[in-house]
Amino acid sequence: MLNEKELIRVKAFAAQIRLETLKELAHLGFGHVGGAMSIVETLAVLYDSQMKYDPKDPRWDRRDWYVQSKGHAGPATYATLALKGFFPMSWLNTLNQGGTRLPSHCDRNQTPGIDMTTGSLGQGVSAAIGVATALKMDGRDNRVYLMVGDGELNEGQVWEGAMFASAKKITNLIWLIDWNKQQLDGNTKDVLDMGDLREKFASFGFAVQQVNGHDVKAIDDAIDAAKAETEKPSVIILDTIKGYGCSAAEGVVPNHHIAFKAGQLDGDIARWQAEYDALKAQA
Amino acid sequence: MSVNVKNTLEKAPVEMRNVLCATLVELASKNPNIVAMDADTLGSSGFKPFRKAYPDRYIDCGIEEANMIGVAAGMSAVGKIPFVHSFGPFVSRRVYDQVFLSCAYAKLNVKIIGSDPGVTAAYNGGTHMPFEDMGILRVIPTITLVEPSDEVQLANILPQIANLYGTVYIRLKRKNPITIYEEGSTFEIGKAAVLRPGKDVTLIASGIMVAQALKAAATLAAEGIDARVVDSFTWKPLDEACVTACAKETGAIVTCENHNIIGGLGGAVAETVCANAPVPVERVGIPDIFGEVGTEAWLTDHFQLTPDAIVAAAKKAISRK
Repeated sequence: MLNEKELIRVKAFAAQIRLETLKELAHLGFGHVGGAMSIVETLAVLYDSQMKYDPKDPRWDRRDWYVQSKGHAGPATYATLALKGFFPMSWLNTLNQGGTRLPSHCDRNQTPGIDMTTGSLGQGVSAAIGVATALKMDGRDNRVYLMVGDGELNEGQVWEGAMFASAKKITNLIWLIDWNKQQLDGNTKDVLDMGDLREKFASFGFAVQQVNGHDVKAIDDAIDAAKAETEKPSVIILDTIKGYGCSAAEGVVPNHHIAFKAGQLDGDIARWQAEYDALKAQA
Repeated sequence: MSVNVKNTLEKAPVEMRNVLCATLVELASKNPNIVAMDADTLGSSGFKPFRKAYPDRYIDCGIEEANMIGVAAGMSAVGKIPFVHSFGPFVSRRVYDQVFLSCAYAKLNVKIIGSDPGVTAAYNGGTHMPFEDMGILRVIPTITLVEPSDEVQLANILPQIANLYGTVYIRLKRKNPITIYEEGSTFEIGKAAVLRPGKDVTLIASGIMVAQALKAAATLAAEGIDARVVDSFTWKPLDEACVTACAKETGAIVTCENHNIIGGLGGAVAETVCANAPVPVERVGIPDIFGEVGTEAWLTDHFQLTPDAIVAAAKKAISRK
C-alpha cells in the first residue's frame, strides 16, 4: 500500500508519462492517443510502485514482466520506459519514423524494456500466459502483468486464454483490462456489446476487481489484492476514459487514432507540465 | 551427413509418432527446458510416454490451437523449448497469424508438429487434409520447414531441431512410414540427401513421396533412363546449391510432393531453378484441388501421387530439354 508521500510520487510520475506521451504524439502529428492516455495511471503504478525491473538489464531474469497486448498503446509505454531510463528520452521523438526503435506497436526485439511483441489483438494474452506458465514451471516468483484493451476482448483468443488461465491456475499473472469503452469504430457498446465484463470474467473463474483506472491509489491497492489471491487468476477492470487528459481526444467518438494540427496539443502539454510541477513541489 | 539407403522399401516396424516421442523423452532427459504440448490430441501425438516421464513438462491445452501457439511462444521467451502438436491444418492455417507474429516475427523458439499431412489424413477427409500447410508457412520469413521421410531421419534431425533457435514446422506422418534409410544415417537441416545418382533427370521428393520416387527411378532405369533421386526433407531453407547442381547436371527436374503443387516443394524448386539454372521442371502433387476422404492407398491413386505419375512426368521433363 502506498503511503501519502509515495502516492504523490506516483501521481507525479503519471503526470510526467502523460506529458511525455503528448509531446511524443505532438511531434509525430498523429497517433493512437485514445488508448495511450487511458492506461497512463496503470503504467505509473506498475513502473513506480509494483514491478521489479532493472533498466540497465532489461532482460534481468528476476524481473516482473509487462505484456501489453493492446500493442498500439506503445507511445505511453515508451514514455514510461524512457523516463525510467531504459533508453534515452531523445528516442521518443523518433516514434514511427523509418529506422526507429519505437514502432507503432510493441516489439520485444526493438525496444529495451518491451517484454513481448504484440499488435495483432488477442495474441499478447496467450504469450503472457506462456511466460507465466514457464516461470511457474521453474518455481520462480516473478510476476506477469497483462494489459488488454476492452475492444480487444472481441477476440476469441482472449477467451481461450481466460479458460486456460483459470483451468491451469495461472495465478502469477494479473490481467488488467483497459475498460475505456471505445474501439476503432466507436463505442464498444455499439460495435459489439460485450455485456457485463465483471460477470463474464467471474464466470470464467477469475477473481474480479473493478477500480477507477485513473486513481493510482485504487489501482495500487487492487494489484496488492490480486497478488494475495492464490486460487484464481486475477483480473482488474480499469474503468477509464479513452483519451483522458488530451482535450482533442477526450469525449470525442471515435478517438482511437487522431491527427493533430500544429500546436493543437500545446494547451494539454502546458496543463500536464503544470500538474507535474505542482506534484513535484509537494513530493 | 552420411546417408545409406536401404533398398528394401518395406514398411517400418514403428510409427513415426512413437519415434518422435521416444526421441523427445531422451532429449528432455538432457535438457530440462524441453516441454511438450497438445491441443486435445494426446491420443494422436503419441506423447503419453512423455507425459508419464515428465508430467510437469507436458501440457494438454484443450482445443485451443491459437492459444497453444501463443502460450508456447511466451514459454520460449523464458527459455523453454516447446514442441507443440496437433493435426496439420490446425497448427498451420488455423493459427497462421499466431505462428507469424507470436512465434516468427517475435523471434521466439517454438517447434510445431503438424501431423497427418496430405493424403495420410485418410479417413479424416478433406477438412483435415492439409495440401497447403507448407505453402502458406513458406512465406513467413525465418521459419524452418521440414518433412521427415522416415523414422531414421526423424530421430536424427529432432536433436538438431531442438538446438536450432527459431520457429520450426515439422510435417509428420504419424503412422508407419516406408523405411528409406539404414540405421546410422545422418542428416543436416537445410541439406538435401542424394539417394541415387543419375544424369538424365532429377526426382526431388520428401515425406511419403521419397519411396514413390525411388520406385519410379527403378522403373525408369529399366527403360534406360538414369534418374537421380534427392530427398529434400527441408523445404525451407531449400538446399538451393543442390537443386541448382541437379538442374545443371541432369537438365530436367521432377518434384514429388504430397501437397498442392502451388507454393510447396515444386514451387520452391521452380523458383530456384528459374533463378539459377533454367531447365524443364514438372511437378507431381495435388493440382490445386481439395482433399477427400478414403484410405491412404485409395487417395494416393486418386490424386496420382504414384510411381507411374512420376515416371510420366520424368519423360515429359526430359522431352522438354
